[in-house]
Amino acid sequence: MAISFTLNGKAATLDADPDMPLLWAIREVAGLHGTKFGCGVAQCGACTVHIEGQATRSCVTLLSAVEGKHVTTIEGIESKAAKAVQAAWVELQVPQCGYCQSGQIMSATALLEQNPKPSDADIDGAMSGNICRCATYVRIRAAIHAAAHRLEG
Amino acid sequence: MGDIPLALPVSSRRGFLKGAAASAAGLTIGFHWSGPLRRALAEAPKDFAPNAFLRIAPDNSVTVIAKHVELGQGAYTGLATIVAEELDADWAQIRVESAPADASKYNNLNWGPVQGTGGSSAMANSWMQLRQAGASARAMLVAAAAAEWGVPAASLTVAGGVVRHAPSKRQATFGALAVKAAAQPVPAKVTLKQPKGFKLIGRKLPRVDLLPKTNGTAQFTIDVTFPGMLVALLQRPPLFGAAVKSFDAAASKAIPGVTDVVQVPRGVAVVAKSFWAAKQGRDALKLEWDDSKAEKRSSAAIIAAYRTLADQPGKPARKEGDAATALKGAARTISASYEFPYLAHAPMEPLDAVVKLDGSGCEIWAGDQFQTIDQANAAATAGLKPEQVKIHTLLAGGSFGRRANAASDYIVEAVSIAKALGANGTPVKLQWTREDDIQGGRYRPIYVHKIEAALDAKDQLVAWRHRIVGQSIISGTPFASLIKDGIDGTSVEGAANLPYAVPNLSVELATTETGVPVLWWRVVGSSHTAYATEAFIDEVAHAAGKDPFAFRRALLGRHPRHKGVLELAAKAAGWGKPLPKGQGRGIAVAEAFGTYVAQVAEVTAAPNGKIKVDRVVCAVDCGIPINPDVITAQMEGGIGFGLGAVLYGAITLKEGQVEQANFDSYQVLRIDEMPKVEVHIVPSSAAPTGVGEPGVAPIGPAVANAVFAATGKRLRVLPFSTGGTV
Repeated sequence: MAISFTLNGKAATLDADPDMPLLWAIREVAGLHGTKFGCGVAQCGACTVHIEGQATRSCVTLLSAVEGKHVTTIEGIESKAAKAVQAAWVELQVPQCGYCQSGQIMSATALLEQNPKPSDADIDGAMSGNICRCATYVRIRAAIHAAAHRLEG
Repeated sequence: MGDIPLALPVSSRRGFLKGAAASAAGLTIGFHWSGPLRRALAEAPKDFAPNAFLRIAPDNSVTVIAKHVELGQGAYTGLATIVAEELDADWAQIRVESAPADASKYNNLNWGPVQGTGGSSAMANSWMQLRQAGASARAMLVAAAAAEWGVPAASLTVAGGVVRHAPSKRQATFGALAVKAAAQPVPAKVTLKQPKGFKLIGRKLPRVDLLPKTNGTAQFTIDVTFPGMLVALLQRPPLFGAAVKSFDAAASKAIPGVTDVVQVPRGVAVVAKSFWAAKQGRDALKLEWDDSKAEKRSSAAIIAAYRTLADQPGKPARKEGDAATALKGAARTISASYEFPYLAHAPMEPLDAVVKLDGSGCEIWAGDQFQTIDQANAAATAGLKPEQVKIHTLLAGGSFGRRANAASDYIVEAVSIAKALGANGTPVKLQWTREDDIQGGRYRPIYVHKIEAALDAKDQLVAWRHRIVGQSIISGTPFASLIKDGIDGTSVEGAANLPYAVPNLSVELATTETGVPVLWWRVVGSSHTAYATEAFIDEVAHAAGKDPFAFRRALLGRHPRHKGVLELAAKAAGWGKPLPKGQGRGIAVAEAFGTYVAQVAEVTAAPNGKIKVDRVVCAVDCGIPINPDVITAQMEGGIGFGLGAVLYGAITLKEGQVEQANFDSYQVLRIDEMPKVEVHIVPSSAAPTGVGEPGVAPIGPAVANAVFAATGKRLRVLPFSTGGTV
């Protein structure tokens, strides 16, 4: 069965099991590998994508659920907030192993798109679903504040 | 190299090109995926490859060949910095690629005849090797320019990747000199720089892998794709030591996309055209297990047995004076026991490996941490010679020790599945799930520690008897030859080398056996010994009526580097300044793998007894700091990793069955519990040591001691969540 939706701004039709998690449809059917598998049960956030602009765990979202919707992955983020987040991630040298960082950046971008000047508590609320085993959290927090500052300027 | 597949994954190629383009735009320095493309580059005849560690191309790129895996610890950046320093290269022209498995060139010089990464040894063992490699190449570039221009080599200078002859104002880039440098003889001896002349070492250079790790293009094993590749999930036994009795694959094979169900030594593999099909196929598998030889004890039973052993003398790991007599005759004695659970490593990238096996050879793509051991184990599994196994080391999505196991478990599983499928050259990706990872064993072992100390009438510490009980990590592995007189050094490191001056000292070990496979976990022995020793010295200081910092400091007269970091951390943290009621400050110091770290933690205890770690001040002495930003990042990350473990980390067995399965039941630290961290690096001219692990050691006891300062409660059973403190 084919599911049609907008993937990174372009029309996409994926001929796959509608019950397949969106994560695997993105990775194995659409061939976009930036979105990562970490837990499969929405506990770690490595698979975070945007659906209609909302940070969403693609590992527990069925492919059928995105019929007709806008899905954005790390490969397709282009907003001012996204660019500010990525620039801050580079500037503050956030990544270590890097595996979770697509998901971190997707969550941080969604946060800043909805709340351009988040407090530490806002960051805790938006980012505590994203695990980093390297514990780059000090820099993730600093980079979100830096990106917010950049957007302000 | 003729057997390298031409089918470079499209996504890899795209990632490579994106990285290269961004590099040209000056956003960051380039990062090159370790794949066939780079091998094609390596064969380009115009490259200048003076030794096994670098290559200079006419396009002016300098490619450093990393014998160590990049797991996040910054090894690629550090290794490249050492080469670039002695070469006098420009940082922007540096690329890094991974070395093949080759014991003749790429051994870890700290370990003997093994290529691998671990024990925070990458910088320490590569320091002189890579300086010489860089200096040797520099000398050949200079000789080439001198010959070209007909001037004495001594009249030339090198900086930023350019060789210059000032009197004639002639200059040439490394790229322009590459062809001629290749014709120069390799110098027998080179002069290395004096540290005061370092231009790159000591600077906060950007990591070489930064850009691909912020735009989704970094290539991990999970991202490797080949045309026709199959994906395998392996059903392993539910109990350690159990084996397959029988299985029924009918329901699995009925899942669309499932191609094969095969039995292998470790279980039954479901092989499919996609992960999702393989996962559904595995879920549908019906199996019966033979658990007659399985470990069926619960954690509680194992710990109870260890407690009994901790009350009895063990084998001596260190003995000075007569601790037993001193304890009997002492004015006062203090005693405490500490209990540590099994811990899973849980790297973000679940274990995975891609294998292409046929009658003539085997190629493996993995975030490989033990290249020559994995090569040998893969060869033995496939029925090949080690030299027939090629390993492509990719970026690893974390490891914390998990990918460095002497049994090469995940590699051997992947090869055994490819073999069971007929060794027909079809690429197969073995993918572990998070549940496989949490329940798959190779944990940091359970340990029980009992420490007794004696104070004399003047409150001086006169005796210390430390008994450690737990499994050996290296027993039954090729590293077992390191066990001397019954002592596995990895069980007692951090305890047997207690730095405090005590006239009567006994450190004893009882080595146990269980059916649970165990492994080194970030900072290895010091993940428990540093906790026991540093929490207990705090108890002794309290009993003696002394300040915990001053008490430690007075006993560190013969250990200036311990003392140095202790004093720096205390000063930077404002040790001694009063805190509001309900808050407390704790200190701890530890040495691991030649690096010294002290930390001061500040905690707040809520009225309900729950604690929050607010701030950690860390001082580190790792010799010459190669990249202060990477060092700082490793301290920050080590603190977060260690804190998650002491707050929540526990794998527990109930009648042999692991009770945790995913991050909901095996909790790790999240951003809302990450404290503020300040890192201070001790200036040093000593040879560099590692930073990937040592930052983990002191955080547990520093926090425990802070909790005591805040609440008067001692935390002796790990994790803290066991006692309701978090």
